[in-house]
Amino acid sequence: MKTVMEFEIMPLGDAALLVEFGKSISPEIHKKVKSLTDYLDKNSFPGMIEYVAAFTSVTVFYEPVTILNRIAEKMENRTAGEVVAGLLQEIIGKLDGTDHTISRVVEIPVCYGGEFGPDLDFVARHNKLSPKEVIEIHTGGQYLVYMIGFAPGFPYLGGMSEKIATPRRQSPRTSIPAGSVGIAGMQTGAYPISTPGGWQLIGRTPTALFRPRENPPSLLNAGDTVRFYPISYEEYQAMRGNEA
Amino acid sequence: MKMEVLSPGLMTSVQDLGRHGHQKHGVIVSGAMDSYALRIANLLVGNSEGEAALEITLVGPKLKLQKGTLLALTGGDLSPVIEGKAVPMWRPVYIKQDCVLKFGACRAGCRVYLAVAGAYNIPDVMGSKSTYLRAGIGGFQGRTLQKGDRLETNAASETAHRMIRHLAKTSGTPFFAAPSWYADKGYISSTAKPIKIRVMTGRQFEFFTHNSQNRLFSQPFLITTQSDRMGYRLSGEELKLEQHLEMISEAVAFGTVQVPPDGNPIILLADRQTAGGYPKIAQVAMIDISRLAQAKPGSTLLFTKVSVKEAEQLYLNRERGIETFKRALSLKLK
Repeated sequence: MKTVMEFEIMPLGDAALLVEFGKSISPEIHKKVKSLTDYLDKNSFPGMIEYVAAFTSVTVFYEPVTILNRIAEKMENRTAGEVVAGLLQEIIGKLDGTDHTISRVVEIPVCYGGEFGPDLDFVARHNKLSPKEVIEIHTGGQYLVYMIGFAPGFPYLGGMSEKIATPRRQSPRTSIPAGSVGIAGMQTGAYPISTPGGWQLIGRTPTALFRPRENPPSLLNAGDTVRFYPISYEEYQAMRGNEA
Repeated sequence: MKMEVLSPGLMTSVQDLGRHGHQKHGVIVSGAMDSYALRIANLLVGNSEGEAALEITLVGPKLKLQKGTLLALTGGDLSPVIEGKAVPMWRPVYIKQDCVLKFGACRAGCRVYLAVAGAYNIPDVMGSKSTYLRAGIGGFQGRTLQKGDRLETNAASETAHRMIRHLAKTSGTPFFAAPSWYADKGYISSTAKPIKIRVMTGRQFEFFTHNSQNRLFSQPFLITTQSDRMGYRLSGEELKLEQHLEMISEAVAFGTVQVPPDGNPIILLADRQTAGGYPKIAQVAMIDISRLAQAKPGSTLLFTKVSVKEAEQLYLNRERGIETFKRALSLKLK
């Protein structure tokens, strides 16, 4: 069934337009975002530089000279921004707002606790659970990748159980090693590159999330489903050796 | 040709027009802060306009150059000197003997672009040669230049060879020769007055108090020393929201002016993250990005308002100017 997609198009300056599909984070709005980005992945238009997909919006960056030379009708009196807005309206009108691609499930191994998860005990105590229960709940979840941002390959994941939600650390660490898996409030995620951060660290994955020599350079894409599974320290070392 | 770094300067990195197409993977764009200056520098030495050049910031490097090099310096004026003689900017410069290029006082702007004919031999990473410092990829080994680095250049284009033949006959100084003509540098301010930057109102402009909306266009904002390629942190009388605003992260652009809870705006620049969650009060027009990129900490900015339509028209006019310059350049080199 075709659902009418409600959206608003607004300029982000003189070379980008932001399409907003709603005002809250939900799998339904994510599907609309995904249906537009899937279309743009397959049907880029001349003058389109790239897009950024976020929780509720897709922002399309364009080059005005190319838009006016290649897409605009001759003699028409519209700006490049107006031409792109018209084109996006036409594209979205044709989409049915459902995600046709089958969500890819990516399984990510995590060595929990110990030196890799210095905050696992804190997360357990905070939620009146044992560390083992925290691991069970974390590995039992299915997480939707809403968007990639903040750092290369960094996934914003939705769907973590409230039972293990834990506030950020009072004072952020100046450096968190790449691969660290953590919790911040209701969110969970993994750090693709070493960066400062205030997340509660519960483990580490040997899997590289950012792969600059590969295309795409990110292991995860918006729309993927992530599951975590536990591995031992020895398995971590062995997998790490294979990645390198 | 080879170029050897005798001293690296404050922050010298390889940049081109940026790494586009991977923001959806969280990969930032990077690239030249002043892309106009980078494009002109490349055109002056017969490269395609988007090639990689050195971006030199505030304190210049000391570079050993080889005889036969054709180079161009554009952007801010950091008093470039070769063996005691001032090197003219915004034009091709032919190096007649091995020599050392140095920089001195910062007289206007703060970023210089140094392009060489044939461009630097740097591998592409994700379609770009720009240095992505935080991820340690792109550019010269993923980092800023250091003492002892040697940069190699590719073979120069036919256009560059014509330029070299022309300049080799010019007298000039014992070490270099340059023509008397030069490209338009137009926009770089050297006065102490506030630098006027044209902006469009941002998506959350209406959510700021009436006073803050007025203040954005009436008070000058100081560029603080906590400023870098990622963003300029500004200070002025604080900008306040009418009431708390629940924000969901969304895309930002080069020149987005966002306001964190402390009320001091940040202008996002070349090394900005792909998305942000602070209210956007304004967006710098593309035409003034170069002027902004050449403004240094301690300078003040005064925002003036333009519509999206006006901003686009200003950009299109500038691009037409660059097309005209390209045609003029090819006529000179016939």
